[in-house]
Amino acid sequence: MSDKEGRAPESQKPLVVEKPDDTSKIGGMVSMEINERKVQVPLGTTILEACRQNDIHIPTLCHHDDLCTAGVCRVCVVEVEGMRTLQAACAYPVTNPLKIKTSTPLVRKARKHIIDLLISEHYGECYSCFRNNNCELQSLAKEYGVDHYNFGHVQKPRYEIDKSSFSVVRDLDKCVLCKRCVRTCIDLQEVGVLEAIDRGDKTRIDTFMDKPLADVICINCGQCINRCPTGALRANDPRDEIWAAIDDPNKHVVMQTAPSPRAAIAEEFGIPAGKSMTGEMNTAIRRLGFDKVFDTNFTADLTIMEEGTELIIRLFQALVEKKEGVALPQFTSCSPGWVKYLEHFYPEYIPNLSSAKSPQQMFGALIKTYYAKENNIDPKDVVSVALMPCAAKKFECNRPEMTDSGYKDVDFGLTTRELAQMIKEGGIHLPEMPQTHFDDPFGDASGAGLIFGATGGVMEAAIRTVVELVTGKKAEDLFENANVMPVRGFEGVKYAELPIPVVGPVPEILKALVPNWDWLKGATLKVAVCHGTANAKKVMDDIKAGGKFSECHFIEFMACPGGCLGGGGQPIPTTPEIRKARAKAIYTEDESLPLRKSHENEHVASIYDKFLTDGPCGHISHKLLHTHYTPRGKYID
Amino acid sequence: MEMKKNRQGAVLFSDYTRGKSIEKVVGMPRGDVLAEVKESKLKGRGGAGFPTATKWMLTAAAVAEKKYIICNADEGEPGTFKDRVLLDEYPALVFDGMVIGGYVTGAHEGILYLRGEYSYMKKGLENYLEEMRKDNLLGVNIAGKEGFNFDINIKMGSGAYICGEETALIESLEGQRGEPRNKPPFPVNTGFMGCPTAVNNVETLAAISHIVVKGGKWYQKYGTDKSSGSKLFSVSGDCKKPGVFELPWGTTITDLLKLVDADNVKAVQVGGASGVCIPKSQFDRKLAYEDAATGGSIMIFNESRDMLHILKNFMEFFVEESCGQCTPCRIGNVKLLEGVEMIESGNYTFSYITKLKELGQSMQVASKCGLGQSSPNSFLSILENFRDEIFNNGNGGVNVR
Repeated sequence: MSDKEGRAPESQKPLVVEKPDDTSKIGGMVSMEINERKVQVPLGTTILEACRQNDIHIPTLCHHDDLCTAGVCRVCVVEVEGMRTLQAACAYPVTNPLKIKTSTPLVRKARKHIIDLLISEHYGECYSCFRNNNCELQSLAKEYGVDHYNFGHVQKPRYEIDKSSFSVVRDLDKCVLCKRCVRTCIDLQEVGVLEAIDRGDKTRIDTFMDKPLADVICINCGQCINRCPTGALRANDPRDEIWAAIDDPNKHVVMQTAPSPRAAIAEEFGIPAGKSMTGEMNTAIRRLGFDKVFDTNFTADLTIMEEGTELIIRLFQALVEKKEGVALPQFTSCSPGWVKYLEHFYPEYIPNLSSAKSPQQMFGALIKTYYAKENNIDPKDVVSVALMPCAAKKFECNRPEMTDSGYKDVDFGLTTRELAQMIKEGGIHLPEMPQTHFDDPFGDASGAGLIFGATGGVMEAAIRTVVELVTGKKAEDLFENANVMPVRGFEGVKYAELPIPVVGPVPEILKALVPNWDWLKGATLKVAVCHGTANAKKVMDDIKAGGKFSECHFIEFMACPGGCLGGGGQPIPTTPEIRKARAKAIYTEDESLPLRKSHENEHVASIYDKFLTDGPCGHISHKLLHTHYTPRGKYID
Repeated sequence: MEMKKNRQGAVLFSDYTRGKSIEKVVGMPRGDVLAEVKESKLKGRGGAGFPTATKWMLTAAAVAEKKYIICNADEGEPGTFKDRVLLDEYPALVFDGMVIGGYVTGAHEGILYLRGEYSYMKKGLENYLEEMRKDNLLGVNIAGKEGFNFDINIKMGSGAYICGEETALIESLEGQRGEPRNKPPFPVNTGFMGCPTAVNNVETLAAISHIVVKGGKWYQKYGTDKSSGSKLFSVSGDCKKPGVFELPWGTTITDLLKLVDADNVKAVQVGGASGVCIPKSQFDRKLAYEDAATGGSIMIFNESRDMLHILKNFMEFFVEESCGQCTPCRIGNVKLLEGVEMIESGNYTFSYITKLKELGQSMQVASKCGLGQSSPNSFLSILENFRDEIFNNGNGGVNVR
């Protein structure tokens, strides 16, 4: 299942011609002439793809590799022989021999006019925009040598900036109506919060009934931000408050860093995707003035313990105690975008969500309790910042239920982009930083926590731990190098079956919960992994219909395509290739770590020893590490 | 609804009895009906002039379980009201034409997309369809032809000009925002609900009913070589006898003006707001696809009219009615209107107006659909043909009006 499938409205399905699997067959390839150069392309290739394959640059704006065709900006127009008008290269499938020209006077003039028109309506100046130097409209203007406003320039803003959402800020005055956000929301995510409203020059992208974003069914995934070509969409930026906290001598400011930002932040400093900068980032964060830098992977490991235990309890209740109404399959709960999606669209399945908090919120609760106590710091003076690849984490830390420490557990969610900005403001060039480790008492975590950043990572981490705890064997005996390949990769929905042929003794930590593992002997654990809420919808609808996913025991859901590494707080742009490179960086780092299984993390063992003394899913852990959810429904009052 | 016989015309307004054409076609092989339509050289009457036989042939050739015939009755071009007359007074022609379309293309469903402002007609048309069903001209085994099933539904538009564009119309029918789609694929392959769909104008379908009965050869007798048959013209403006007239293609503007008794005419806008404005010096031009093409709208302006004011009115219309989807149309029309307002206030330079003309030319080739491609037509033709009137100050471009 590719990202481009799964559109909601039938009519807006991508207008693509089915490409033949075997292009060597007759009719598989079409010959065409591009700028008098003869080339062969597979049937159904768009003119844009054909040009790219042949290293001919065509400017684009509304086109995005993740999204279906729109053909609305018209920047990519080319001349097609025999046609009266210019054709949009992105929207024209090659089905018969064509002769096209990509740079005639007519084409250049039309493109220039289009760019001039877009700029004339684009309010604001580049130097006061967070997308300065990373804006596709700006690049187009440069490419076409725009040196003045040919058709005037708007002098006053037309719209109010919508800052209602904790996660996404919308500034319609910078919108160029490419509809990438609309397509992201409805195609990629099947949420459909945004749509074009009104017509003619009054056309704008808006929500249902023009409601503020906070009052609609937005899941805060921020995927629209990653695909916006301009500064019309951005995350709700807490940098000012964080700087203020850093500058306040009475505040103890700590940072926890999620696995995905470290695999992507280098992109903000001009380094191609695929290079992790964990150690450099730790140093930079300290030099910015943060008092401590912790690894969220620690609580990812803790999540595996809590969520895995919860699964074992559910299975035990259902299979051995034969309890009625045990909610299975269990769903992961670490992706706040996914959690809100479920609350809106499938609230009846809330019992299936693991009650374990996300790693961010577990850490938040521990920092202001355990950490503050151990270090004799008044929790009210602790400012807890979470570096996340995510826009929805900003919403999550503001959920009213996330105050189990007695304070707001996490004060600020900071995106990868925003930290990069702070590092630049701090006068630091990240790639030049020396490498340093994370701070104690949480220390360096396992590779299992690290791979939470990629789709399938939570599942892989859980499998590494569960197979060892249940079978008593090493994960390496079952999976080469402990790499659980069936749950890796970018396929939209993955399904795997894991037979449990033998069982071992029950480990000490779980003895209070289960007497033995005999009931799992010979069983087959069925799991699934999906990413992008469009794929989540497919799985949920299958579960509702009683299909194969309803027989799963555990399903990992991530709101964003690619998992957290493709999150709404990650560097812009995003493409399938960039996400692949980030995943590679994460998996490579995992393999290089000495510790790769959550239950082997000694800091985790120590916290169960010292603080969460009644074990996973025990009383203390329930108070601090577990939560509840809110059925929201998809209709707005 | 009784058919009114008070209108005069050689083709469309000639005698016709409901069901006559249907009864004839069911006895003919489909290919023969198509050949007859081809022989007539009938072209689409909505304005674009695509050969009807080709459109039907492509729809017929498309392989699909479901196909549709859509009658485009979203008559929205300013100055056009001929479809209203046909639907109001000659519904038999239109509906029979749709049934024939169904027969030829293999479609089982016809949809009449009726302009929102024509909602007053809906009840009457629905009653008419009911009568046709009673007469076995709709439904199953139509006119006794085993396996020929076809029915017609009426769907209402909501007043958007853009929904007259066939793919925007289809989007609207599907319940989406009325925005034109990318072409290709064309509706004949991927139309309503992804099925092959022929979208025909009301007048095209009405002509079909006559062509089938009287033959393509007979039809071809009227009109010119490249524009066969007759055309309904909706004439409005400065004349004594405005109304709908049936004339053969090739009639000159002068002849038409005589017919409607118009004096002191300065300009004729042919083809509505998206058409061209023809000055007195060119009144010998023919109304035909190859010369002054029109979907039917003829607006007459006499010497007392202010051409810039007329142009402003047109541009305001396009700024309002652009669907807002593509850049050249959405913003381009605003810029052209601003240009008109600059001229109006006298605050302009010739170099900027020239720049706008070039912009208009880019809009004509780069816009996504016919709206944006044709909206600069009146801007370009009025500024060109009425240069003297509009810039007649002699003050080097600063025109105080």
